Amino acid sequence: MSVDVALPSSLDALVIGASAGGVSALQTVLGSLPASFRPPVFVVLHVPKDRPSGIPELLGGYCALPVLEADDKQPVRPGHVFFAPPDYHLLVESREALALSMDEPVLFSRPSIDVLFESAAAVYDRGLLAILLTGASSDGSEGVAAVRAAGGKAWIQCPVEAASPIMPNAALAHAGADAVLRLGEMCERLKGSNA
Amino acid sequence: MVFAEMTDDATRLFDIELKLLLDAVYMRYHYDFRGYAMSSLRRRMRHAMGRFDCERMSDLQHRILHEPAFFADAMQYFTVQVSEMFRDPAYFLALREQVLPVLKTYPSIKVWVAGCSSGEEVWSLAILLAEEDLLDRSVIYATDINPEALAKAEHGTFAADRLPLFSRNYLAAGGRGSLSDYYTSAYGNAMFDRRLKKQMVFADHSLATDSVFSEVHLVSCRNVLIYFNRELQDRAVGLFRDSLVRRGFLGLGGKESLQFGAHADAFEPFVGNQRIYRKVAP
Repeated sequence: MSVDVALPSSLDALVIGASAGGVSALQTVLGSLPASFRPPVFVVLHVPKDRPSGIPELLGGYCALPVLEADDKQPVRPGHVFFAPPDYHLLVESREALALSMDEPVLFSRPSIDVLFESAAAVYDRGLLAILLTGASSDGSEGVAAVRAAGGKAWIQCPVEAASPIMPNAALAHAGADAVLRLGEMCERLKGSNA
Repeated sequence: MVFAEMTDDATRLFDIELKLLLDAVYMRYHYDFRGYAMSSLRRRMRHAMGRFDCERMSDLQHRILHEPAFFADAMQYFTVQVSEMFRDPAYFLALREQVLPVLKTYPSIKVWVAGCSSGEEVWSLAILLAEEDLLDRSVIYATDINPEALAKAEHGTFAADRLPLFSRNYLAAGGRGSLSDYYTSAYGNAMFDRRLKKQMVFADHSLATDSVFSEVHLVSCRNVLIYFNRELQDRAVGLFRDSLVRRGFLGLGGKESLQFGAHADAFEPFVGNQRIYRKVAP
């Protein structure tokens, strides 16, 4: 395993994917972002499709940055955290705008982590950091592969620590990672970043 | 880093080929996908390449250019067809309780379902209008660019296994009876009542290349604009504005918003949480 855990030299955006057990993990990771954090943050958390998730409101209370649920063609703003809405895929359309889609669920999930990560990789390539957290699905594996193939970096939560190790393990097996980290270690590095 | 530069190139080349493909489709068939959101198109074209065993996008382009029948098959990868009857019941409830009481005051009512896909929403609106005793003096224009989808929409027949979901939606949308009052089942399909259809007009219409064709009181265009980039969204919303009567209504999908577009000032929220807007008086 590589020990290259540095942030991309110029961090332009951060994408995070989480599933089962993800609320608590996200609370920790988002909670560590300093108010001075400039890159935009895009998050897919698997949630039930039929009701408002309430997650952005909930997690907003733990995060120094504004946290919101993305609308279609929402302008990307530095230092903001954008969540995928329930039952829509969230995609990065350009450095200026997000997009939503109702394309087929991927691995039974809409929003899908793969869809977000792949779209972000195409836009930010080397300036992208992807973080994959706990989950009981193999969503995110293709996404991590796409991010790394485009020259971005991927951190995967240490499966031993993850509430559900399936998603981190699947991604590690499929795509590898630039670092396998505990939440505490991720937070340390994010806190120290003044990208 | 050489590897990273190579991979950056791969993304760039893919986008170049994708743009060429869209140009080719436009020149050959006059379907204009050039203003579609690139992020979803990239993904769907990768799927199409996998599905049709095309190693490169140029292989896909070659077949699309030379085989019209193949293009008809590939079309499903350019447009997304997901729809259900009374999808987002709260939207239909808001139409029933807040929009139709206003439309009732007009001697005749024209509704435009733009991007109607396979027609689930068209038939839902017909039921809604029928239950409010308005169908007989209404016309519903249902338009799409996809001829196959339009044919399905006109047929008004949906797979029976979708009906439990449609029925739940119908009741949540304030349905006054049972959805089964409106269809007959046969061979795993539910065929909707022909009487609902007599006020429907189906037509091939592109929000990317065609213009306004009628004056209408309500435009319902849901989860269509999300596939467009901002420029094309502006064009489409401009068409809606121009075709709406004074103080007409526009209903969008639950996560679609006018606030980021060029025509934000032409509309005001009417039922904000259901994304139903009303045209501002000039």
